[in-house]
Amino acid sequence: MNAKASALRDPRLNRPEPFTPPLGDGGFFQRDRSIHPPAHAPGYKSSVLRSPRQALLSLENSVSEITGPVFGHNDLGPLDNDLIRNYAKEGDPVGERIIVHGRVLDETGRGVPNTLVEFWQANAGGRYRHKKDTYLAPIDPNFGGCGRALTDDTGYYYFRTVKPGPYPWRNYVNSWRPAHIHFSVFGSGFAQRLITQMYFEGDPLIPVCPILTTIPDKDALDRLVAPLDLNASTPFDSLAYRFDIVLRGQRSTYFENRTAGN
Amino acid sequence: MPQPLNYLKETASQTAGPYVHIGLIPAMAGFDIFEKNFSNVLTTPNTQGERITLEGKVLDGAGTPLRDVLLEIWQANASGRYNHPADRSAGALSEEFRGWGRAGSDFESGLVTFETIKPGAIIDRAGRTCAPHVNVWIVARGINIGLNTRVYFSDEEAANATDPVLNLIEPPVRRKTLVATRSERAGKVVYSFTINLQGPEETVFFDV
Repeated sequence: MNAKASALRDPRLNRPEPFTPPLGDGGFFQRDRSIHPPAHAPGYKSSVLRSPRQALLSLENSVSEITGPVFGHNDLGPLDNDLIRNYAKEGDPVGERIIVHGRVLDETGRGVPNTLVEFWQANAGGRYRHKKDTYLAPIDPNFGGCGRALTDDTGYYYFRTVKPGPYPWRNYVNSWRPAHIHFSVFGSGFAQRLITQMYFEGDPLIPVCPILTTIPDKDALDRLVAPLDLNASTPFDSLAYRFDIVLRGQRSTYFENRTAGN
Repeated sequence: MPQPLNYLKETASQTAGPYVHIGLIPAMAGFDIFEKNFSNVLTTPNTQGERITLEGKVLDGAGTPLRDVLLEIWQANASGRYNHPADRSAGALSEEFRGWGRAGSDFESGLVTFETIKPGAIIDRAGRTCAPHVNVWIVARGINIGLNTRVYFSDEEAANATDPVLNLIEPPVRRKTLVATRSERAGKVVYSFTINLQGPEETVFFDV
């Protein structure tokens, strides 16, 4: 122990460590469950048998929660963020060409760098390339419908695709999903893991969607709706939509300068 | 008025839906698109540690296996060290083990399988020893926000008895919902678990 640390020791407490910064322990902010859909949301019928009924056990974040998988550019291929080209066989896919871009932030407003963002969607007709999807709209031979990107040093990501179509699904007899893109985001710790869906400004199906309206908080719902972003559009090529994603904040002064992690 | 606290709000969760495989395991959706894919095999030939198969099912409130569920696991290596810069414990790190994998359940049986190693015991930041465990995250159609739970190991009775997280669970009879049973099959070590979303045997889920 050096002289400075020795001077800081409080003999009554036998505590050699100095008082640490209040946001420095690496744990995540407690999740605000009031802005998330409840597990049991009867209007979305599939949730009825798939929702735990016991209270969740709250855990103080330990090393098991503040750590999480680290990904790098070696995990990705060069076309992974280009859904117009990553499955093209004979030409471009059918549909409105769009760019989706934004930042992954945490609740403190810091960008989350080098984190993996994955996305998947239906084609322009509302049909998924999935062996279990039987909707009558046709498969597009040039469209796979999935991609992924790693955020840059500021948390920024982007990809291009075609705008997905709405489609019917079995909930009520006449239930339709608004056009949407699914997102999977990691963050720097496993407790930040999140799956969500992005919707498009102006879609009239948004207020009547049984899945979207599981969200009890109007502002939280609005934050899933991406605005048209003409500034990022490519003239005579693609419209752009902006979608920022916020992960739980981290009490993280120890790690904020690391290149891996957050 | 006090000063405003300018924190942002977390983005709301939405269900992964029935077609989660397209984005996360496209081979299960029925097509090949990426050069490199993530999988349920966490090991390479050079990974150190005891090879294990971790397998189980997720049952709904009617006792039916979910056949469209996706699980991810995150675990320490055989030395009890997570492959992440925030783990500053003393155990040795290995380039041959990321410690993360994902698996979709079989479309017929609902069985979920991982090929991994048994993790070592973990020393937490308070210096306590935590029993070996695997962190599990569950998403599917009908699950509105990912569920967090853990898998512990049946042959670690002494370590499980003093694990700080297992000991938080009341009543104690629910602790066994997190313990996978060890067996051997054709010379391979298999740990089997069942995750019950509801019912008298409902698995303990965590708000992490």
